Amino acid sequence: MTTEEAETGRDDMVIDGAEQANAVPDGFDANYLRIYYDGKHPACDRSYFGRREFSFTLENDIYIRFQSFNSVTELENSIKEKCPFKIDIGPVYSVDPAKRHAYAQGGDNVFTPVERELVFDIDITDYDDVRYCCTGADVCLECWPLMTIAIKVIDTALRDDFGFNHILWVYSGRRGVHCWVCDGKARRLTNEQRAAIADYFRVYKGNENSHKKISLPGPVLHPFLARSYTEVLKGFFEAKLLPNQNLLSCQERYEKILEMIPDASVASELRGRWQENKRASMSKDDINLVRWEQLKSVLQSGKQKTQGLRRCVEEVVFSFTYPRLDMEVSKHMNHLLKAPFCVHPKTGRVCVPIDPNNCDEFDPTTVPTLTQLLEELNRGGLRQDAEDELDGTSLGESVKFFRTSFLQPLLKSCKEEIESSYIAKLQQSKNTLSW
Amino acid sequence: MEVVQSHRKSSSNNVTVSTLPLYRSAPPLEVRLEDFELFAMDRLRVLKGISDGLGRGKKPEEMEKLVADLWKANMRHPQANEEANKDIISHFVLRLVYCRTEELRKWFLSMETTLFRYRFRFESSEAQRALMSEFKLPYKAVSNAEFESVKDKLGQVARSMGQTLASADAIFYKVPFEEVPELVAGRRVFICKGHAYVAMNQVVSLVVTQFRSYLSKALILTNRKWTSTVREQEKDRLAPIVEALCTSYLGPDYSQPNEAGEISVKDIDHIAKTSFPLCMRHLFEKVREDHHLKHGGRMQLGLFLKGVGLKLDDALAFWKAEFAPKVSAERFDKEYAYNIRHNYGREGKRTDYTPYSCQKIISSTPGVGDHHGCPYRHFSEENLRAALVRMGVSSRAVEDVVDKVRNRHYQLACTLTFEAVHGSSCDAGINHPNQYFIDSQRILQSKGLCLHTEYCVIWDTFEYSLQLTQSLQWMSLYVPIWFHSLAEFDIKGTGAAGSVFTDTTDGGGSLNPMLIQ
Repeated sequence: MTTEEAETGRDDMVIDGAEQANAVPDGFDANYLRIYYDGKHPACDRSYFGRREFSFTLENDIYIRFQSFNSVTELENSIKEKCPFKIDIGPVYSVDPAKRHAYAQGGDNVFTPVERELVFDIDITDYDDVRYCCTGADVCLECWPLMTIAIKVIDTALRDDFGFNHILWVYSGRRGVHCWVCDGKARRLTNEQRAAIADYFRVYKGNENSHKKISLPGPVLHPFLARSYTEVLKGFFEAKLLPNQNLLSCQERYEKILEMIPDASVASELRGRWQENKRASMSKDDINLVRWEQLKSVLQSGKQKTQGLRRCVEEVVFSFTYPRLDMEVSKHMNHLLKAPFCVHPKTGRVCVPIDPNNCDEFDPTTVPTLTQLLEELNRGGLRQDAEDELDGTSLGESVKFFRTSFLQPLLKSCKEEIESSYIAKLQQSKNTLSW
Repeated sequence: MEVVQSHRKSSSNNVTVSTLPLYRSAPPLEVRLEDFELFAMDRLRVLKGISDGLGRGKKPEEMEKLVADLWKANMRHPQANEEANKDIISHFVLRLVYCRTEELRKWFLSMETTLFRYRFRFESSEAQRALMSEFKLPYKAVSNAEFESVKDKLGQVARSMGQTLASADAIFYKVPFEEVPELVAGRRVFICKGHAYVAMNQVVSLVVTQFRSYLSKALILTNRKWTSTVREQEKDRLAPIVEALCTSYLGPDYSQPNEAGEISVKDIDHIAKTSFPLCMRHLFEKVREDHHLKHGGRMQLGLFLKGVGLKLDDALAFWKAEFAPKVSAERFDKEYAYNIRHNYGREGKRTDYTPYSCQKIISSTPGVGDHHGCPYRHFSEENLRAALVRMGVSSRAVEDVVDKVRNRHYQLACTLTFEAVHGSSCDAGINHPNQYFIDSQRILQSKGLCLHTEYCVIWDTFEYSLQLTQSLQWMSLYVPIWFHSLAEFDIKGTGAAGSVFTDTTDGGGSLNPMLIQ
């Protein structure tokens, strides 16, 4: 999908009025669904949806914040009217964002976020120092698995460690993934608690200036790290990343790994061996795997007394494969994040959900694009029910998955939460009356 | 005095172990006006010391020692009751000062929480458990059965931190992970399905979080009371003072002496005898005697002289002459001149260094061969008495001074000395050696001028933020009004000269408690 096509697709949308009605709102229709839970129960807070911030990025990079709407229809109309290139979702504030200027910065009546999903943003450009197939915004099937791995590690931890259930993983449209944790508990986390979770996930520290950017001190790994290593990272590194990226095949590349070994004599021993062997034809086995085994046996041999050396093997694996999160995105309640099902303006791809249980099968190169969808919709002709319009398109599967696996359970849980707190309030007032 | 504290008898010995105060509410205490200021000052020193330590990136073990030292140096009192009261009173006074802006609240919250954290660590595990229950932390100890099922993981976590799992009957608490963000962030707990398994020794984190959250809310409430009720009423009186309390902690810095205060080298001898505070007199005597002073002394005296009005050239001449018997002119130029010029802002960073305040001098640590510091603090009682007598202080006054010193009120001691030497009162109290000098000079030079007017002139000259253009009488009233409106304290001013609230011109030793330097 070239940029040209994406722009053409965009032009179609803007110029051709007839298609506009079909394409734009429906493309975003599924987007609305995720906010249904905000306002449908009789005992719910009617103002909730109206206090949610949205932001639009319009043509020519015009950016408007603090958009709020009192109903889904209002939102839909605004989107149709403005045709934003990007829609971001922000927190739910204490008051309608449109009225924020009437409220103080501090003291009693304050304009401040009160709820916001716990979100994560993983971008493959953060892995540029460990992938050789692509750089920058490019992504291919060789390096995309790094994202898959990240999803697996984080998703498992969010469910097993933190006890979250309503987790939505979304393709960011070009080169990464977003994660939305929508449990009530998660929405109500403070900035400090979000930062704590982000730090729990953080292993990678450093920049170009420091050689070893992962440090795993201690004789034993924390259960979370140990589990991630044995269940996900080790296997992926040895079976996929190492051979696919040729991490040990030539000097330039293996130096990077040798640099991570704290003991210079061990490093030079390996270096010597590999320099000798570089021209000799060895066994049919992949040279990367062979060398990796050599490295492991040297570092993990009984001869090595210092803890640091044994741990080095894990550190190498972690530094290449462990998820690299954007801390700032997760730490602050007021951070805006792109809405699911948006169309990425540069690639035209739709930000579709990713099933964490099947994330190995996700292929970013086959994600539906806007142009593609327009064609499909036009072929299908006009339909009565807007909600079903997408069924016949390549987006159909995604929407279905979104509804059944994520939205419905979430709606149910929200309903239960509202009901039980409603009942609890009734009980409480009954109690205070009865004595 | 009424004591409001919970005491626990330690089982090992029959010493009562008091638990840390949680500062939940201000107890009804009677406070002496002097103590009011001093307690807050002492606590502020502790907090600033902590701030300093944190700023320097001290490790936890170092911080632990630092906090213990700071507390010992500033907050101790021979009677446990008094100590507890000082603790509580000083906290509440500072709460008022630091509630007013977000930034101040953040700083105060951070320092008080750190202070609490380390003090908590010092407590016995019994006391810690007692404190936990006071916080009503709804955390259940993990049952034996559950413990068995997660023992391996708990062990793994402990080992990952280089520790070992305590004995088989170790107590663990199960808490929602949201309650222990620090432990989660550092991966220092095992988390499962949203619950964190916290070891007894990590309980500190739990408690500190509670403390912090409570104090944070309390500060907002205090600020609210302040802004809604008190500040408007006290717009012209209290508000500037409260503002002055934390921003002008250093007070006037005496770095720009006024023209009238210019002195020449030949004057120094004379004024040293008449107008120098004891600390500077001592340094000056030592220079004359030893023809040398170590660095600390050179800085303290040198900057003081600069504040007094000694010009750079004269300063160079003075020191050179004093050091001449031991240091050749050449060597002096090489080794000492640079520093003097540096002090005057003619070298290097070109910062015009300011003369040291009492606070700074008192907290310095003179070592062997040093003569700087505050004699009231650093001298032995014997030496102090002798020095005071040499200054011409009457024996009765010497006793008063020594009494103050024993109670660690060093600046009060200096004030009493001033009053004894000059025969007039110093309502403001001594907070800076240069202030002593100026006050002294004024008294000696102008005869018959009312102290109040002088006082105003002095402060105006140094552009002090206090606006004391009115008579000082209202000063005696603000304290009880302030606290009554906040329903926190009952203050009785029982300064040396009787009730402060009726008469300020009694010449007694009542202090202006708000000039915290």
